[in-house]
Amino acid sequence: MTVWEYAPAPESRDIANLKPSYRMFVDGQFADGTGEPLKTINPATGEVLAEVGTASTADVDRAVKAARRAYDKVWGRMPGTERAKYLFRIARQIAERARELAVLESLDNGKPIRESRDVDVPTASAHFFYHAGWADKLGYAGYGPDPKPLGVAGQVIPWNFPLLMAAWKIAPALACGNTVVLKPAETTPLTALVLAEICQQADLPPGVVNILPGAGDIGAAVVSHPDVNKVAFTGSTSVGKQIQAALAGSGKKLTLELGGKAANIVFEDAPLDQAVEGIVNGIFFNQGHVCCAGSRLLASESIVDDLLAKLRTRIATLRVGDPLDKNTDVGAINSAEQLAKITELVAAGEDEGAERWTSPCPLPDKGFFFAPTVFANVSQAMRIAREEIFGPVLSVLTFRTPDEAVAKANNTPYGLSAGVWTEKGSRILAITQKLRAGVVWANTFNRFDPTAPFGGYQESGFGREGGRAGLEAYLDV
Amino acid sequence: MAAPSTSTDHALPADLAEVTRDESTLRRFLHGLPGVDQVGAEQRAAVLGTRSIKKASKLWAIDTAISMVDLTTLEGADTHGKVRSLAAKARRPDPDRPDTPQVAAVCVYPDLAAVAVEALAGTSIGVASVATAFPSGRSARSVKLADVADAVASGATEVDMVIDRGAFLSGRYGQVYDEIVEVKAACGDTHLKVILETGELVTYDNARRASWLALLAGGDFIKTSTGKVAPSATLPVTHVMLQAVRDWHDRTGQHRGVKPAGGIRTTKDAIRYLVAVHEVAGPAWLTPKLFRFGASSLLNDLVMQRRTQLDGHYSGPDYVTVD
Amino acid sequence: MSDRVTVAKTYKLYIGGAFPRSESGRSYPVTDAKGAFLANAAQASRKDARDAVVAARKAFGGWSGATAYNRGQVLYRVAELLEGRREEFVAEVTASEGVPARRAQSLVDFSIDRWVWYAGWTDKIASVLGASNPVAGPYFSFTVPEPTGVVAVLAPQASSLLGLVSVVAPVLAAGNTCVVVAGQNRPLPAITLSEVLATSDVPGGVVNTLTGRTAELAPWLAAHGDVNALDLTGAAAGQRTDLERAAAGTVKRVLRLPAAEPDWTAMPDITRLRAFVEAKTVWHPVGV
Repeated sequence: MTVWEYAPAPESRDIANLKPSYRMFVDGQFADGTGEPLKTINPATGEVLAEVGTASTADVDRAVKAARRAYDKVWGRMPGTERAKYLFRIARQIAERARELAVLESLDNGKPIRESRDVDVPTASAHFFYHAGWADKLGYAGYGPDPKPLGVAGQVIPWNFPLLMAAWKIAPALACGNTVVLKPAETTPLTALVLAEICQQADLPPGVVNILPGAGDIGAAVVSHPDVNKVAFTGSTSVGKQIQAALAGSGKKLTLELGGKAANIVFEDAPLDQAVEGIVNGIFFNQGHVCCAGSRLLASESIVDDLLAKLRTRIATLRVGDPLDKNTDVGAINSAEQLAKITELVAAGEDEGAERWTSPCPLPDKGFFFAPTVFANVSQAMRIAREEIFGPVLSVLTFRTPDEAVAKANNTPYGLSAGVWTEKGSRILAITQKLRAGVVWANTFNRFDPTAPFGGYQESGFGREGGRAGLEAYLDV
Repeated sequence: MAAPSTSTDHALPADLAEVTRDESTLRRFLHGLPGVDQVGAEQRAAVLGTRSIKKASKLWAIDTAISMVDLTTLEGADTHGKVRSLAAKARRPDPDRPDTPQVAAVCVYPDLAAVAVEALAGTSIGVASVATAFPSGRSARSVKLADVADAVASGATEVDMVIDRGAFLSGRYGQVYDEIVEVKAACGDTHLKVILETGELVTYDNARRASWLALLAGGDFIKTSTGKVAPSATLPVTHVMLQAVRDWHDRTGQHRGVKPAGGIRTTKDAIRYLVAVHEVAGPAWLTPKLFRFGASSLLNDLVMQRRTQLDGHYSGPDYVTVD
Repeated sequence: MSDRVTVAKTYKLYIGGAFPRSESGRSYPVTDAKGAFLANAAQASRKDARDAVVAARKAFGGWSGATAYNRGQVLYRVAELLEGRREEFVAEVTASEGVPARRAQSLVDFSIDRWVWYAGWTDKIASVLGASNPVAGPYFSFTVPEPTGVVAVLAPQASSLLGLVSVVAPVLAAGNTCVVVAGQNRPLPAITLSEVLATSDVPGGVVNTLTGRTAELAPWLAAHGDVNALDLTGAAAGQRTDLERAAAGTVKRVLRLPAAEPDWTAMPDITRLRAFVEAKTVWHPVGV
């Protein structure tokens, strides 16, 4: 039989414009941080990409003061029409430097270049473009004729979509008239710092955006700084709870976007081939490092065997490897720490009696990689059905009736997202009404748009990002 | 309804044979196939279209694509001269590079099939003849069968028939099925491709149903289009058909082929189709026995790209022959 | 030292993405505010108007079918090009309206910002004007605003750029295509604006610009069976009632505002976005 091996098709590294060192961005300038510098690595190879100066708590104070000055004197009083034009510039510059940003993101994060090129970077640009248009139209957003900003926003973002999460935080905050101090994740600081450069080149007034690389302690310093009026956090539920507790009684406005354990529900009349694609995308997109990943497949018992057979065939064609190769479907796990967590939970799955199948795909011999894995015969009581794995591991459960599907889907403290697959329109609407999840995808999965609010129920967080609803987080309403 | 050919490669497992017992059973079966979500199908085709095929894998793809071409001329103005010229091109797609593969077949109207057969004598290049009142299919059964008999008698090694789209769209699946079965019988050992004319069927659901109908009736290949109606072949509809032959194989163990035709003009497009074959149906289908391109101008683009790969610089139209 | 002789620009119509002369072969002189000759403008005929409507209809499917994001990006691109040609427009407005240079600059700045304002509306109209309807029954019902179709716009007579932009941009932002009759005596900025549209990713036929006698062209557009809506802004006070009557023959949506031109520099509201959308309500049962 013919074997057609695709030759390596690497995107060039050079365009990432990688520098040996990066510095924090405060008050419109790149400056030496007084924290201990960190080395950011490429998780696909283990190589050190760059040294990054980090912020100390003194730097956090400097940054908040700069943000406050910018808010009081410049940004908070600038007409929305003028603010809008800065945001439009930033959107366009992200689009102009799209390829550079995409390659840099794949180097720093480990995600396939196809995803950073086709999803992360264009969506980040779109986010700025959309919110730019709100800056001088806030009176139409449903919050009263002249809603006001809150002041200084302290924002902490995760490592799974570094540039996109920075866009989700910064764009609405600025559109509403706030200034920001943002801490990117410890393992993925680079694209946020290039975004800072873009802000500089767009002539954004100094202090409006401040980017402070650092670890969890600096994030804590940002969110608890007394002169921060609004805190936004995307990350794990456990840290989210800590932040919420720490902010109790402070009067600071808070939004949280935390973890999830989404159910992807497939009925017997689903468009089957597209459901397979949706399941695969739901759990293997971004290596499963997605808070809204469809990590639980809830399949109708009448079709689960056929579905699993199709899934295994399809998953075996997924190409796992060099993130910079344009044909790679699944890239590297972001860190050794994350790989260890995934490995531990997968072992638990086997111990608890679920039936494991792992793709026989070849894996690179260095870097952090995990082969796509499917557990069948999973029950709600197992750890792999309850805990967020945040990796390329799918747990498959079954249901007999729509009510049972809903009950199992909702049987979790999380509530971020869900999927429903059926060709019957009324069933889509009935099921989505009953699902306790902030985002429900019907006959599709992992669709993101700046106009569509995103956020969770219960322990997946509160507050929404995107759309009219997403503006609320950054207005004094 | 007519019984399909009982040669081993077309014997139906019992549950599928049941399905063809009468028109209403056939209808329930076809309408019971899973639907195809348009957006999801087009998305998968688009994502697979971003595969980047380079270097040795690209050269392999080009050579494979050349060997899968059914080099086609289907014009009212076709003459013996035109067909002979096409046959010469089929034998030697690039006279300066004798190592270039030959194409799989030439494809002509039935009254010119004999000319093609004579011009290709001594080669293993097939002669495919269209038939059954191509391209419209609007004619009496007897006329269509006579058309097939004529093509077969002229020495065609393959027959590309069209289904009756009017009958299909008005739900007369039994009639469409019977016609294919009778054509297959008239073909004897001649290989049968069934043209669905997906551009007129419009929906992917219809393309899936028509694919299964043609496979049940014994078609060796399912083919997208006549090339005379827009849209002709598209990547998403070819995906649906590749999925059908894959599912058919899983169900019956039989390998059936797929041929997209019309509108495929560039090597880049052809490679996208090969990626679809590779990842949707499977590596076993990467052979002219199971996949063909119905094309004319594609061949010169493939030849030019082949030269580019081998010479290291872009080629130009003066370096490839007109047929 | 002799002065350099300039190359005078010819001002033609803008139809279907191209710049043809009027099929009638007519033109008329355009003068500046003091009466000095500026240029001849094409004097459009009813057949030009007819061709413009055909072009606008042809372009409607693509423009209304594009994503709101795409429309927003295209409109923003227009603003980028306007900004780049700012000096040219300042000169046009100064000549057309006879205003001092500072005022002309301010009007051009407002025009650019106005265009940006509307560019930012394309992907927000649905959130602001649409709704999910909590009907009393097991149905999911929602209402979305859709563009009405081809809009005939009678552009303001006095404000040759800012007023023009203020009536055209909202029509496009909502997803419609249009036939614009430029201000009769101050038509030149409209043609220069059309040059910007032609080079900025706006598909041909989305905007079609006619110069000529408003009173001659308006009745043909008002009665035309393939025009969905009519913006009476630039119509003479004495002609308005007749135009409304003509529009009634095909039940057009007619935007009627006070005859006197407003202060175009004031921030608009969304009247002009609402005027050219249809609300579509959909129902679907909810049940397993």
